[in-house]
Amino acid sequence: MTQTQPGSVQFTGVVKKYGDVTALKKLDLMIEPGKLVTLLGPSGCGKTTTLRLIAGLEMATDGTIHIGGQDVTHLTATYRKVSMVFQSYALFPHMTVRENVAYGLTVKAVPKAEAAQRAEAGLELVGLAGYGERLPSELSGGQQQRVAVARAIVLEPEVLLLDEPLSNLDAKLRRHVREEIRQIQQRLGLTAVYVTHDQEEAMAVSDDIIVMNNAEIAQIGTPAALYETPSSSFIADFIGDANLADCDVLEVEDGMAKVVLNGNTYSVPSHRPLSGAARIVLRPHALKLMSPQSAGVQGEVTYAAYLGKEMQYTVETNIGSLFVISPVSGQPFAQGDAVSVAIDQDQARLVSQ
Amino acid sequence: MRNTVLLWLALGLVSFCVLPWHMTDRGITDLAWATDDIASTGLFATVAGQWWLAPTGLALVLAFVLQFAVKAPVRRAKLTLATALAGLFWMALQGLIIVRAGPRLFETVLTGEVISAGQAGMGAGAGLCALALLFVATVSLSQSGKGQGDAFVVSTIGLIVALVGIFVFFPVMHILVRAFQVDGGYSLTEFFPRFFSSDIWGLACLFGDRSCGVAINSLFLAVMTGAGTTILGLAFALIFTRTNFRAKRLLRVLTVLPIITPPFVIGLALILLFGRAGTVTEFVADLFGLEQTRWVYGFWGVYFAQLLSFTPIAFLVLIGVVQGVSPSMEEASQTLDADRWQTFRYVSLPLMRPGLANAFLLGFIESLADFGNPLVLGSGYSVLSTEIFFAIVGAVADPAKAAILAIALLTLTLSAFLLQRMWLGKKSYATITGKADSGQNASLNPALKTLCYAIALPWAALTLIVYSMIIFGSFVKLWGYDHSFTFTHYIRAFGIDLSSGRLTGVAWDSYFTTLTISSIAAPLTALVGLSTAYLLVRQKFFGKDAFEFSTMLSFAIPGTVIGVSYIMAFNFPPIELTGTSIILIIVFVFRNMPVGVRGGIAAMSQLDKSLDEASITLGANSFQTVRKVILPLMGPAILAALTYSFVRAITSVSAVIFLVSAKHNMATSFIVGRVENGEFGLAIAYSAVLIITMLAAILLLQLLVGNRRLRRADRVQQSV
Repeated sequence: MTQTQPGSVQFTGVVKKYGDVTALKKLDLMIEPGKLVTLLGPSGCGKTTTLRLIAGLEMATDGTIHIGGQDVTHLTATYRKVSMVFQSYALFPHMTVRENVAYGLTVKAVPKAEAAQRAEAGLELVGLAGYGERLPSELSGGQQQRVAVARAIVLEPEVLLLDEPLSNLDAKLRRHVREEIRQIQQRLGLTAVYVTHDQEEAMAVSDDIIVMNNAEIAQIGTPAALYETPSSSFIADFIGDANLADCDVLEVEDGMAKVVLNGNTYSVPSHRPLSGAARIVLRPHALKLMSPQSAGVQGEVTYAAYLGKEMQYTVETNIGSLFVISPVSGQPFAQGDAVSVAIDQDQARLVSQ
Repeated sequence: MRNTVLLWLALGLVSFCVLPWHMTDRGITDLAWATDDIASTGLFATVAGQWWLAPTGLALVLAFVLQFAVKAPVRRAKLTLATALAGLFWMALQGLIIVRAGPRLFETVLTGEVISAGQAGMGAGAGLCALALLFVATVSLSQSGKGQGDAFVVSTIGLIVALVGIFVFFPVMHILVRAFQVDGGYSLTEFFPRFFSSDIWGLACLFGDRSCGVAINSLFLAVMTGAGTTILGLAFALIFTRTNFRAKRLLRVLTVLPIITPPFVIGLALILLFGRAGTVTEFVADLFGLEQTRWVYGFWGVYFAQLLSFTPIAFLVLIGVVQGVSPSMEEASQTLDADRWQTFRYVSLPLMRPGLANAFLLGFIESLADFGNPLVLGSGYSVLSTEIFFAIVGAVADPAKAAILAIALLTLTLSAFLLQRMWLGKKSYATITGKADSGQNASLNPALKTLCYAIALPWAALTLIVYSMIIFGSFVKLWGYDHSFTFTHYIRAFGIDLSSGRLTGVAWDSYFTTLTISSIAAPLTALVGLSTAYLLVRQKFFGKDAFEFSTMLSFAIPGTVIGVSYIMAFNFPPIELTGTSIILIIVFVFRNMPVGVRGGIAAMSQLDKSLDEASITLGANSFQTVRKVILPLMGPAILAALTYSFVRAITSVSAVIFLVSAKHNMATSFIVGRVENGEFGLAIAYSAVLIITMLAAILLLQLLVGNRRLRRADRVQQSV
């Protein structure tokens, strides 16, 4: 298979409206060639709309879209060098696997022999060599998924789009297939845009994640950056679980903030200048349950669940209800126990209110 | 894209220069037109003095030059579009102004020798020129905006809009115009008194012995039929889905039969049973010594015939509705301690309400549009559809009266249609979720079950008797008088002289015409219907709502109105089609198109949209997507559309009866003629042959197109 020329994707002030409903508010983004970028967000946040705008299945109401440096704002999907893997796979049920994979080449009138050879190479790449004569209905879900990927990449697209490609697979297969997709993308050096609502999946495959909320971008960054330095309580809550509590920032100095929470003063890392009312982000793993009267926030366990490798607790305190995960060791706390919650201040983060 | 435009322009230019512009007397295949003076090509006619043809040719030439003269693609497309549109506009205008006979525009303004001499209807040359200009315009339109539009989609839209415009709106406009016509001009003041006359809207029957106006008669009949068919249909649907009644299959057959039965056959069978010499009439008369009456020739006869004819339609709608009530809703109700009657009364029935309203409105519209049954039975009860017919073909032909009555009928059906769309369009209590719903529908409570049986079973029995009568009646010498077994009717209709191989039967001509025309019309109907469905389901474009509305509109236009409007619109230039077989084909295509559209929409909604999108993102254009992905997956819908339009073309009578000619007679109008002559045996034998022909054709189509069962055709019915 010849090496593809990955293209960049650039949105400049893109707006999408359906009648009175705004699906995207003035979106600006730049996706570098060869990167796998995930669009992540709750349902209705505009991530699928963004993907379909790149594909050319929807037309922007305003703004411009460039793919590989070329202005494609008014080009329909037929004329864009972009392929897409659909959530439902959308394999043509009346064609064999090979005909499916060769479809894009056939409609472009690529010579038959070449099309067949490239289709075979594509099937080989996804580990389905020899399955060409089967019908899609004769394949398992995971195999159908790989046919969909092969069909999209034989065209050597400038950008590969994946719309929740794993949502129809069971949990175990999902991890396996996402690794495969990531490997193929890296081996071919493709630019890929990946839509999902599953933050774990997003963190596992992406170079960069674009988190969207309410028809706009909430934050862009690497998986680590989003987890470590969330820019808002929405991101903190959406990327990994988080307990959020109101607090007061006294001062910020040398990247450390003095924070008053429930009468105690903590020293919390902060890269942003904040003052006054803010919110503290407490990851469930960074909280520790101690016997009452130890230093920390006093509370009562209202729910305790044993999950084998860990315990999950809900603790009612006067800074709110806290979700705590702790390793199983010794005698776990039970519902109704009075406890003290110790805060690991190095792992806490601050976001504005 | 420039090549596409050039191709169409070349076709247009060639037809302008080589093909006869006007209609030829003996048809295009007879080359006599090339030598006579009447119909010559556009080019020759222009040179010979018909200067008004020149602009069309010039538009073609100019568009041709533009393709090479203008370099910038968008500018070229815009200029070409303007040129093509101007050419089309001029063609339409000159066609309406300069005519040999019939009404024309600007009569008093434009006069002169050549103009008064006029021209014949447009022919092959004009038709192809118009088509070429249309496609040049649509392809250019698709290229003239920002970016690259889809020429295939725009052209399909353009073609369908043009066809619906010419063959649905143009004729209806003619009716409207005709209704305002008085001797020597048009008058608004004359119209209203005539339209609101007591002959049409009179309510005299409420207060005395005199009869009401025709419109009131029609309205009353339609309300009764709508209510009756809904109740019967609901009873059947409940028996079918909520009881373990044994003969469900038989019920199913009884519901399909009327669809392939020519509309007046049921009326005919009723005459044989309940007419003055009818079997039942005589039996009852003998038994009770009652006088034999003619009650069947009046309201009750028509009403019974309509109930028999249209109950299956209500059943097919309601069975979907009754099945659509999710079992889990009823189970929820039962677990909340409601008994079976309460569950039915407070849960199931309210959920079915929109479906019931829909069934009522369908029965209402069908009754208003029904022509066959009132024609056969309605001599004592006049309704609009037959009155329109008699105003055209009766002793005193009065086209203006026909037009006014047609407007009254159109007003009623359109109001019902609009009501249905406004009230039911948005509202749906359908509880089918696409998730497999396990669980059992609640069975009916005993009293309700008994009621359903009491309503439906006698009715089923009557239907059975009616159909046995049709078979039986075709084999007896003279119904009511001489019941000896005979093949005479079949021989008279379909006799073959075996020695010479000549077809001596009287019915062969119309039989073959019917089959030919229906076989041509069916694929065209399917094509137009499914293309429209594709545009409606899968494409977004400006004015889509109006587009959908206008394609569904012809469903609400009764056949009689269509028939009248066609003879008014297409009897004169510029489009002179009466007496040809083309007009019959066209009337079938546009009468049956809504069914194809509905069926196509239903089938296409089941195809996941991501299949199209996958094809498009893989670089296929819309045409390739339709050809390689959608069409192969639409087999059953195509079959349904083909079957249905074929059957409808064979059984339809209301529009056809105005449009047949001696040369192109159709089976149904032939049979109606026999009935009017009292030759019941022949009529019934012919009908039986038609029914068998249709059954055979349906089976054949299924073998050809796919192996789906007739159930598919039912689904189209449901979604009407």
